[in-house]
Amino acid sequence: MSAVATYFRNIREAALTVFDGMSVSLSYLFRKPITVQYPDRTPEPILDMVPEGYRGILDVKTETCTACMACMRNCPVQCINIVVEKVGDPPKRMMTHFAINVAKCMFCGLCSESCPTGAIHHTKEFEGASNEFNDLVRFFVDEPVLPYKPPKKEKPKADKPKADTPKADTSAAAKQTADETAADKPVEPAAAPKKTETDGEPT
Amino acid sequence: MRFFADSLIETWPLFEGWPPWLVYGLVMFAFGALLLFGFVSLFAGIVTVVERRIAARMQFRVGPNRVGIQGCLQWLADGIKNFTKEDLTPAGASKLLYLFSPYLVFTGLFLAFVALPFGQALVISDLNVGIFYILAVTSFVTVGLVLAGWASNNKWSLLGGIRSAAQIVSYEIPIGLSVLTVVLMAGTLSTQGIIERQGWAPWDWFVFANPFAFIAFFIFFTSTLAEGNRVPFDLPEAESELVAGYNVEYSGMRFVFFFFAEYANLFVMGAMTSLLFFGGWNSPFNWTIDLFGLFPAPLEISGTLVFMAKALGFVVVIIWLRWTLPRLRVDQLMVVCWQYLTPIAFVCMLGTAFWMIGTHRWDALDYVKYPIFLLGVFLVLAMAARAVRNIRRVGDPVDLNPFQ
Repeated sequence: MSAVATYFRNIREAALTVFDGMSVSLSYLFRKPITVQYPDRTPEPILDMVPEGYRGILDVKTETCTACMACMRNCPVQCINIVVEKVGDPPKRMMTHFAINVAKCMFCGLCSESCPTGAIHHTKEFEGASNEFNDLVRFFVDEPVLPYKPPKKEKPKADKPKADTPKADTSAAAKQTADETAADKPVEPAAAPKKTETDGEPT
Repeated sequence: MRFFADSLIETWPLFEGWPPWLVYGLVMFAFGALLLFGFVSLFAGIVTVVERRIAARMQFRVGPNRVGIQGCLQWLADGIKNFTKEDLTPAGASKLLYLFSPYLVFTGLFLAFVALPFGQALVISDLNVGIFYILAVTSFVTVGLVLAGWASNNKWSLLGGIRSAAQIVSYEIPIGLSVLTVVLMAGTLSTQGIIERQGWAPWDWFVFANPFAFIAFFIFFTSTLAEGNRVPFDLPEAESELVAGYNVEYSGMRFVFFFFAEYANLFVMGAMTSLLFFGGWNSPFNWTIDLFGLFPAPLEISGTLVFMAKALGFVVVIIWLRWTLPRLRVDQLMVVCWQYLTPIAFVCMLGTAFWMIGTHRWDALDYVKYPIFLLGVFLVLAMAARAVRNIRRVGDPVDLNPFQ
């Protein structure tokens, strides 16, 4: 292209692109900003904006804790400290100490997964910053507490009559497979053990 | 201003037997101080906050809104922060020049305020070479920048200072030529005279008077951005981030002088654009306020309000451009000035001269201002329509509330 044409094309493109760009930024001037002004001007309360299943700071319902110490054993950074000893006038096994060091806690969730009763669980709270380092250890037991004893489950004894009919079936099926194995030896033995195994499951 | 001082001598018993020249001097000094402390400093401070809020909204965020009500005291916090910083002078720097150059930059800028007409009778000094004086005095800034680069005892600072001086000096030429276009139409260099030659109606403003003046407005606006080191010509500022600009060795309040001068220059830029091309303080109203008989004549405020509104409108356009355009490299900057703006500005000036000879002969040429005015209105509406289309195409929620 000749230099003159390039010259005027440059001017035209400069004007058009500047105009286009200015319209874009002008349009952004009137759009709602996406900033969430935490902590005081949030659109909803902060704890409502936290997603479900969020692993926040731990909390312990001592009424439901069985003092099994599974959480203490499973914690990778050993932030949970539980002491169970025999105290009281007729000495009973009681929990005297249950402390979680929230500074060490890495919020992995292994303790709450391994808890049999769900006593130790994650809350949605995450604003735990404090000016005192020692404030970061949370104590859940003031006086010695009896650990929770879950009610005993009844064993399923009423299931025996139901177990007879599958056994009758298996005996009939086993007889059938035994007849079939008499006919074809190399293939069936692989099938017969499979069938007896599957029949064993209902009982 | 002389009228105002004369009336002071007559009415106030305090100034009974004083020689007139003393009163004139005192009045000018008082007005200058009032302007500097009451207006320029406040403006430079507040416009930093306004710029940050506008910039933030253009970037989908909110901007500083905590320090005062909606962040209006943010500039004070920044000022206090800068004030408490250590005042370093680099080893081996020419101490006197190093300390002196911020004041040169600041003085060069502030002297331009003296000739700006804030109202029909509100100008500190209605020089008969007003516009020429403003252009001459803003060239002090060049000296200040080169001195700052040299006195910092830093090789790259010196080079940065020389580059910014080259930028400012180069863009003086398109500015001068577009100002000359307006002066040809007005017949006078005085700022008040230029405004008086324009009418209150938009189609009577110089920008729409003839097609050459319309183009001259865009050239003037672009060159004045370069003079003030604003995007897309803000390479001197960018250099401080990249390698070393002229103000990289300055810290604390000395840096604030450079910074402050740049933001106060925004107002000078907006004011010059509005007085040269957009009618200055002309308005169809004639509102005056009477300051409880303190002054013999009531003070006009309609003109002042209109002038401020126009100047601030252009300041907003300059801020808008900053957050739209990328930065030009120094060679691109020079190409724009010498290959594009200067020749076109020459053509505009000659075209205006011939146009004025033509209007003497053919009266019909005067009526071209109406179509050009309609073109200007069309451009504004097209911009607004495009902005609306941009939002509608994406479907983003609109929020016109500036107070977040």
